[in-house]
Amino acid sequence: MPASHRSKLDRWVQRGFWIFSALPTLLALLILAALWIKSQPILLSHPLKTLLFGSAWKPQKGEFGFLPFISGTIWVTVVALVIAVPICILTALYLSEYTSARTQRLIKPLLDLLAAIPSVVYGVWGVLIIVPWVQNSLAPLLGRWGSILPILTTTNPTGYSVLAGGIVLAVMIAPFIVSIAYEVLQTIPFGLRQASLALGATRWQTIKYAVIPKASTGIFASIVLGCSRALGETMAVLMVVGNVPQIPRSIFDAAYPLPALIANNYGEMMSIPLYDAALMTASLLLLGMVLVLNIFSILALRHVLREKT
Amino acid sequence: MSEIIPHLETQNLNAYYGSTQALEDVSIVIPRNQITMIIGPSGCGKTTLLKCLNRFIELEENARIEGKVLLDGENIYSPSVDVTEVRKKSGLLAQRPYPLPMSIFDNVAYGIRIHRLHSRGQLHQAVQHYLQVAGLWEEVKDRLHAPASQLSIGQQQRLCLARGLAVEPEIILGDEPTSALDPISAQHIEKRLIELKQRYTIVLVSHILRQARRLADYVIFMYMGRVVEAGPAHQVFNNPQHERTRAYLSGEF
Ligand SMILES: Nc1ncnc2c1ncn2[C@@H]1O[C@H](COP(=O)(O)OP(=O)(O)OP(=O)(O)O)[C@@H](O)[C@H]1O
Ligand SMILES: [Mg+2]
Repeated sequence: MPASHRSKLDRWVQRGFWIFSALPTLLALLILAALWIKSQPILLSHPLKTLLFGSAWKPQKGEFGFLPFISGTIWVTVVALVIAVPICILTALYLSEYTSARTQRLIKPLLDLLAAIPSVVYGVWGVLIIVPWVQNSLAPLLGRWGSILPILTTTNPTGYSVLAGGIVLAVMIAPFIVSIAYEVLQTIPFGLRQASLALGATRWQTIKYAVIPKASTGIFASIVLGCSRALGETMAVLMVVGNVPQIPRSIFDAAYPLPALIANNYGEMMSIPLYDAALMTASLLLLGMVLVLNIFSILALRHVLREKT
Repeated sequence: MSEIIPHLETQNLNAYYGSTQALEDVSIVIPRNQITMIIGPSGCGKTTLLKCLNRFIELEENARIEGKVLLDGENIYSPSVDVTEVRKKSGLLAQRPYPLPMSIFDNVAYGIRIHRLHSRGQLHQAVQHYLQVAGLWEEVKDRLHAPASQLSIGQQQRLCLARGLAVEPEIILGDEPTSALDPISAQHIEKRLIELKQRYTIVLVSHILRQARRLADYVIFMYMGRVVEAGPAHQVFNNPQHERTRAYLSGEF
């Protein structure tokens, strides 16, 4: 093949790849644009401040305050992370640093299997097990401290609550966080551990001073990824969280996260003016939250990386 | 010829990875305050032998050993011995340097801190001292708190030397510690090691015969998991007793 022909082909291949890799980005931008356009009716007729910080949700009266949904999303996500992150990181550390290669080969596929369970299954499990558990055991147990710690107040007699949603969500995102954190730990060269052990450090000192600092960026990334998933998770949370449009004050209160709002109401109640625009705005908000999280995490990662090298 | 004072000693040492035997009935002495060089063709068990000397062999998933390794007459594998104490007594220079993810200063201070060897006030002085011994001080004294990963590979290897010396070991183990370095950096390390043998017992693995001739006081020649010949360097190099040693030294394999 003549050289000019080859370089021409090369150029075309390059262009082809460029288009393919640009496609997902384009798609995301298109979705963003569509949501933006569809949200216009409500964005133009209501001040942004009352949309974001208003807590009145009365579609029939034309009042659309998204704060209950935004705070519901944040509450459930934070509770899930608080439960999942410490356990997951310790699990990943244990798996990577203390178990034999054979055990690791056994457990890793199990984690991937857990990650593949459909979210409805988790939802059903939540309704059957977690909600009653919260209602009958956790609420009476922890509620006693309600007078000292307001986030433990129990005014909601059902188990459908932020806590139930957080627990179910924690269990759902756990395999991801463990799996990614484990992979990150596996990339740390054995020589680094040896360097510390050779100095007479114990295994735990080695983990604390050599392995974790080296892996911190990646571990952080695993948490952010878990967080992104938690933010968008719909089905399982929707089934156990109560779906009451209020700003939760306690982990035992019901909540109504954004994805649940969208999933529960889309296609219904469309006769109410501006309702579909409101749901589009909810999607936009959700997307915005995920974007802000990702941008924040990229900046943080960059900061950590710069500090280290 | 002067009497050999053993510092380390192995007795009937066998090592296995799964079902393959890597060391077979190895009984050697390692003289105090000398440079002992372990030489032999690739795969003959040099690294394995070195790993037995600081119990690193235990970190290998499928490894198993039999026999004894005596440090000053005490078996380091006896159940009553604390493995961190064994490792503290020997500094390890790996084939390529692995600086810990912290500053230059903290790398050297690491061992001092975990073993509480110096008070806080003396720490800086101690770090400076070991960096000087490793011949790195002049190059890093203005950036002690920069990440150690910023150093060149050769500097990192000297940092690892300083870091190892800071735990006040008696023995320095090196598995081809200059093989990843440029010639100048390698020379740096060699020079330090020669200075250090006044105070430390040094055991090195080397592939390079010329390096072995330059540095060795005592030589252990291995072949297929066995020690073929061991003795003072001049004797092994100039008057090898075994045919195989002679063949190896003349570059036949
Ligand atoms: N982790 C391991 N698992 C299984 N076999 C191993 C392992 N490490 C080493 N071996 C085997 O043990 C034997 C001795 O290996 P060792 O690394 O001690 O040789 P060496 O003399 O250091 O070689 P080189 O000069 O190439 O570094 C070799 O046959 C090697 O294949
Ligand atoms: Mg080797």
